[in-house]
Amino acid sequence: MFAQQPTVTRSSSSVLATNKVLKNTYLLLSMTLIFSSITAYFGIISGTSQGGALVSTIAAIVMLWFVLPRTANSAAGIPVLFVITGLLGYGLGPMLSYYLSMTNGPSIVMTALGGTGVIFLGLSGYALTTKKDFSFMAGFLMVGLFVVIAASIANIFFAMPALQLAVSAAVIMIMAGFILFQTSSIIHGGETNYIMAAAGLFLSLLNMFQALLHLLGAFSNND
Amino acid sequence: MDWVAIGSALFGIAMLVFIFPRMRHALKHSPKGTMKDWLGYLFPLGFVVLFVAFLIMSVR
Repeated sequence: MFAQQPTVTRSSSSVLATNKVLKNTYLLLSMTLIFSSITAYFGIISGTSQGGALVSTIAAIVMLWFVLPRTANSAAGIPVLFVITGLLGYGLGPMLSYYLSMTNGPSIVMTALGGTGVIFLGLSGYALTTKKDFSFMAGFLMVGLFVVIAASIANIFFAMPALQLAVSAAVIMIMAGFILFQTSSIIHGGETNYIMAAAGLFLSLLNMFQALLHLLGAFSNND
Repeated sequence: MDWVAIGSALFGIAMLVFIFPRMRHALKHSPKGTMKDWLGYLFPLGFVVLFVAFLIMSVR
């Protein structure tokens, strides 16, 4: 009985640590989402060009690859994440301006936003309540991401609307997988850094929102 | 073709180069899922597909 006590203590402290990571991740995620929506608004009202949006997105991804991993274990990681999410939000400006200029554009944008939120809450709830381990999906998701990026590059040259729709549909499914994978990784102790966890979930949400917006824009009656 | 398209393509290729070693690592080292594990992924995915179809119908 006494021999088991340290195990129980370690287990409960592990659960507490997991809950703390989850709480901090969702808190940071919600703050970065609000911040990026503000910068997206500035991207819209300032009339950012597509070139400006591309530069902003490239700067954000370069920081995500090379700066965030070096600062994520210190307090500097939080402002770095805000800069990254702010740049990514600003980069959405031209795309949002395009959809908002359509007759039912505001409705499409709000539907995509709400739909992304509902999917995220549903998948997070599923991963949190079932406590399933989705670590087996790592290889599958990375291959999926690789294929989708390769198809997107090909479509820059071929400009096939059907391929664009297929890529958008695939992105939604892959990002759904990433949300399950990342949430289960936090629950099972694979991800203990809430800054990296929030960055991963933010990217999944951003990509899902963009893909859903493309699909809804393409299938809406308005051309 | 304008510089934005060329820049996007180059950026995409850089992403592929960055992702490729991580993809190989994940393929080699991630645990293999059972049929039950994959069904646990396909079940919520089915709901996502149905929900997206519902959203598309709502904007048509």
